[in-house]
Amino acid sequence: MPDTLNTPHAPAKDTATGVSGAVHQDRRHDSAHKHVSGEAVYVDDLREPAGLLHAYLGLSERAHARVRSLDLSAVRAAPGVAAVLTADDVPGANDIGSMSLGDEPLFARDLVQHVGQPMFLVVAATRDQARRACKLARADYEELEPVLDITAARKAGELVFKGMTLKRGESSAAIASAPRRLKGRVAMGGQDHFYLEGQIAMAIPGEDEEVTVHSSTQHPSEVQHVVSHVLHVPSNAVTVEVRRMGGAFGGKETQSNLFAAAAALAARITGRPVKLRPDRDDDMCITGKRHDFEVDYEVGFDETGRILGIEGEFLARCGFSADVSGPITDRALFHADNSYYYPDVTLTSRPLKTNTVSNTAFRGFGGPQGMVAAERVIEEIAYALGMDPLDVRKRNFYGHGERDVTPYHQTVEDNIIDRLVEELEASSGYRERRAAIRAHNAGNPLLRKGIALTPVKFGISFTATQYNQAGALVHVYNDGSIHLNHGGTEMGQGLFTKVAQVVAEEFQVDIETVRITATTTGKVPNSSATAASSGSDLNGKAAQAACRTIKERLVAFAAENWKVAPDEVEFLPGRVRIGTEEITFAAMAHLAYMARVPLSATGFYKTPKIHWDRAKGQGRPFYYFAYGAAVSEVTVDTLTGEYVVDRVDILHDVGKSLNPILDKGQIEGGFVQGMGWLTMEELWWDGQGRLRTHAPSTYKIPACGDRPRIFNVNLLENARNAEDTIFRSKAVGEPPLMLGISVLYALSDAVASVAGHSLPPRLDAPATPERVLAAIERLRAEAGTAQPALAPA
Amino acid sequence: MRTSIRFLFGDELREIGEVDPTLTVLDWLRLQERRTGTKEGCAEGDCGACTVVVGRLDGERVRYEAVNACIRFLPTLDGCQILTVEHLKDAAGRLHPTQQAMVDCHGSQCGFCTPGFVMSLFALYHGAANPDGQAIDDALAGNLCRCTGYAPIVKAAEALCEGRDGAPADRFAAEEAAIAAKLKALQDQEMVSVGSGGRVFHAPATAAQMAQLLLDNPDATIVSGATDVGLWVTKFQRVLGTVVHTGRVAELRGIRETEAGLEIGAAVTYTEAAPAIAALYPDFGELIRRIGATQVRNMGTIGGNVANGSPIGDTPPALIAAGATLVLRRGDERRSMPVEDFYIDYGKQDRRPGEFVESILLPRPAAGARFRAYKISKRFDQDISALCGAFLLTVERGTVTAVRLAYGGMAGIPKRAAAAEAALAGQPWTEATVRRAMAALSQDFTPLSDMRASAEYRARVAANLLMKLYVETTDPAAETRLVGDRSLAHA
Repeated sequence: MPDTLNTPHAPAKDTATGVSGAVHQDRRHDSAHKHVSGEAVYVDDLREPAGLLHAYLGLSERAHARVRSLDLSAVRAAPGVAAVLTADDVPGANDIGSMSLGDEPLFARDLVQHVGQPMFLVVAATRDQARRACKLARADYEELEPVLDITAARKAGELVFKGMTLKRGESSAAIASAPRRLKGRVAMGGQDHFYLEGQIAMAIPGEDEEVTVHSSTQHPSEVQHVVSHVLHVPSNAVTVEVRRMGGAFGGKETQSNLFAAAAALAARITGRPVKLRPDRDDDMCITGKRHDFEVDYEVGFDETGRILGIEGEFLARCGFSADVSGPITDRALFHADNSYYYPDVTLTSRPLKTNTVSNTAFRGFGGPQGMVAAERVIEEIAYALGMDPLDVRKRNFYGHGERDVTPYHQTVEDNIIDRLVEELEASSGYRERRAAIRAHNAGNPLLRKGIALTPVKFGISFTATQYNQAGALVHVYNDGSIHLNHGGTEMGQGLFTKVAQVVAEEFQVDIETVRITATTTGKVPNSSATAASSGSDLNGKAAQAACRTIKERLVAFAAENWKVAPDEVEFLPGRVRIGTEEITFAAMAHLAYMARVPLSATGFYKTPKIHWDRAKGQGRPFYYFAYGAAVSEVTVDTLTGEYVVDRVDILHDVGKSLNPILDKGQIEGGFVQGMGWLTMEELWWDGQGRLRTHAPSTYKIPACGDRPRIFNVNLLENARNAEDTIFRSKAVGEPPLMLGISVLYALSDAVASVAGHSLPPRLDAPATPERVLAAIERLRAEAGTAQPALAPA
Repeated sequence: MRTSIRFLFGDELREIGEVDPTLTVLDWLRLQERRTGTKEGCAEGDCGACTVVVGRLDGERVRYEAVNACIRFLPTLDGCQILTVEHLKDAAGRLHPTQQAMVDCHGSQCGFCTPGFVMSLFALYHGAANPDGQAIDDALAGNLCRCTGYAPIVKAAEALCEGRDGAPADRFAAEEAAIAAKLKALQDQEMVSVGSGGRVFHAPATAAQMAQLLLDNPDATIVSGATDVGLWVTKFQRVLGTVVHTGRVAELRGIRETEAGLEIGAAVTYTEAAPAIAALYPDFGELIRRIGATQVRNMGTIGGNVANGSPIGDTPPALIAAGATLVLRRGDERRSMPVEDFYIDYGKQDRRPGEFVESILLPRPAAGARFRAYKISKRFDQDISALCGAFLLTVERGTVTAVRLAYGGMAGIPKRAAAAEAALAGQPWTEATVRRAMAALSQDFTPLSDMRASAEYRARVAANLLMKLYVETTDPAAETRLVGDRSLAHA
């Protein structure tokens, strides 16, 4: 080693054999110790800057009305009020829509289009004062006819975005010539995200026109974009930062724009820092939710249960603006096949405009609604033929090398659903349990059991191709410690942990060496939403690219200085081997610094192979597919419609997992969230378009006792992504949510028992106890078994 | 009279003279103390993110209870200890066993609900030994998590309780005597009055003080656990003038067992009342297990539930079915009435100005009488009933000799089903009789449709619950229950 590069660091020990926190290891969430001690800082916990003001939104009380006048004089005169802002105070565009279509004002001015639409903002010394002052506004409305649900929207026929059609072959001819045909309609409700941390933003004005916004958002770059448009300043004047969110689930992909833009506007106008945090009830009334859908289907099939032709029309309640309803309804169509091959198929979407809150992204992004419809069709065929629905499912699975083209003309190249389902069918004892359940039901008039196995095949990539890019920024300091930043956001899913594992793996250093830092538009620009399950795929690859740039420089430096070939330089756990010599990674960093080697690099990644032509309905929107399946067993009380989930077995494909324990957490949590959507979570609007389930007292997400009594969750073994993803792992954020569909169809199976499984139960979602009881009563009436013998004579 | 409130914050004594009578514990923590570990998730006591633990003197011991800081008024914790998630690490900065179990079992994802879960687990850790699965579920039922699906949190709870070896072994256990002594020093018989400018919080120490206060302030708002009044403040931003807290009144805090039954003081919490009530009416105990969740049951009182007059409160139907009576006091005058007579109309009770509910008398069930209560909601735990049916039935030699049927959620008030009772009384206890009673219910009730259920569902299930009662009382082998102690169906 040349003398000039003398180092204070001792040489590495030969005993170092492994890297703690490298990829494919169980690794706890990077913030776990701070979560449990209350030290993890969320936006509302940030140290408050001196002079902070608090803002609160004034909301529309009508679903659809012209605003004749809005009297804010009492609001302005209320104690503590510093400013009251309306659309007139917006220097730039009064539009916060994700796609800048001009259909989603920050503040409604002349027209209100849903109850809870923001009309003005009060800025006051305290949040309590701002909130009280809001109630003093007097609006004079001229009421217009509201369109509140899908039934009314069907008639009105107005769309928020152009629908899409996927077509392959001649579906109507195939249905007409099929030996068996049926048609029907399935309805499913929406879902509130119920992130535990509500929406929040804190804006701090800077020099000139600058503003820094701490926003609980999945999409800092879009918040930056929207704030810059609202303030009429260039993007370089706006910095958006988020260290972590207290849950998001898609609800902070576009919905955080409003709160950030309003806070930034108030900061601009008052010249003081401003925080905006709505109360939970207001949050739920202001922000969009998962779309409720009605799907009209017609299918032709043969006596073996094989689908020959199918048509489906997907009607979605989108609310008053487009938001991302276009891509969401598209994704519903992309998943209307679930795991099934449709020989001849036509699928269309109708993103309907309504005078309700603008529905938005939610884990699965339309995919779950597509799959619920696919599984209803399967169930209908099974009842028509007297088959086990599982056999109908298997009869229609995508093939290998044949029967493998989707309705959007992408070939399914990585199909493993048949292998996965067979494994789960055996490991869960599905067939034996199904027989046992039938026997149980025969002896139990009141409590009936049901079981269902449903598969999931979920396409991974944003269908908006430009979103499939990511950037990262990695610094190695001259003490060997590493600073990691990327465009992805942490909402609990463990993205920061996984990307840090990638960096640890690349440099072969313990993960403790890697400092994970807050996402900020100032470090990594033009980032995509952390959404579409793509966080690790995109940001992991981008961080890897940054690490590799630095590694290449280190290798070149070492080769030159030690006079060895580049392939004689090797990153080993905690150290670097150069020829026959080994030094610590820290020593290498120091030596490289002394030799003026740049130790900071950006990394970039774009997903290969994908392309999509929406107008034609053709392309390869997805890089690959993630697969899974679940078996759910339930017991239903036939007198009340109440139920419990007795047992769930899941087998899920995460490729070669970056972090199996975190992936398992995503699967368990996603399943329960999907189950909640289809069972107890009911959004209920009254006749005036007011959401009446706007808090946890009325909107019920699963509680601890609702989890499956027995819950067996396994990752598919020997699974390796067929595509070259980050260490051959697969995305895991969204796909498991759709495993919850098995609960709906298990309930359906239990319901069907009251008519001896002779009639299709057609249980719509959410399957609240009320809906379950209604289905039971309807089947009993149709089967003529309305007076069951309940007790021994 | 004392004009300040005093409590322990951790082991530190706090004495506050100027305090808003309805300042919530959460706002005090987050806004005044800037202790931001405790989170606001809903501000209505339904999500548990704000859970803190309250230590109360219990003889020589300290009893730790999880409560919702978001709807608990700070002055109501006079004489108590408040523990938040920030108090749990030891002096060396090591995580508390509850915190470590959550880390080890991967019980946090986004982490926002986690401090609340940690505090519920802390209360569990300091609670009864060897909790079973149901006890663990009950301890966690008031904490919502949207990320994990709960499995790893339950695993953490199991690991924690297994690792406890009978008794808790943390510094709070080690310092219990010292904390008890500090709490003891805070107990007095003084009336506490804090506040000014027409906004005053009173916490009388005796029933006589309470009675006089209400004579002097007939418009005062009486607050016990604030599980409803808390929402008036956090959701409707109501400004309450004079607040009278029942929680320090010794006479209202006791349960007396007499020949006739139980005399339950109005300020006895659900948690405190449950064992005694369950001993007389096992299924009433099961109903209480389903009211709110642990935090709410640690705050809410039977007296408050009755006096509040909500048509969807769960104890009134059960009390009515059991034939309970209510004792009202005004000054030194007392009067009593059957619980059902207290309810006049929606939002209107037979409570005179200056009067307060002093106690509830729950009679022992007659020999051979069977009591059943059924709470119907979208979710089993921490949910408000769509409807609730409570029944007391005596069948002798195959004939119904006594019957009381009471429902909540079916009318503007909790109410007996007179027509259905008439259809059963004196009749043979057969399926045909039950079906006649089911049909008669339509004369008793015209329920409403709302976000919890439609009128049709309420009417149908109200009737079906009579069938459930019939099956449970006639077929000892029938499986009828999905949750709770299944043996109660045939008790």
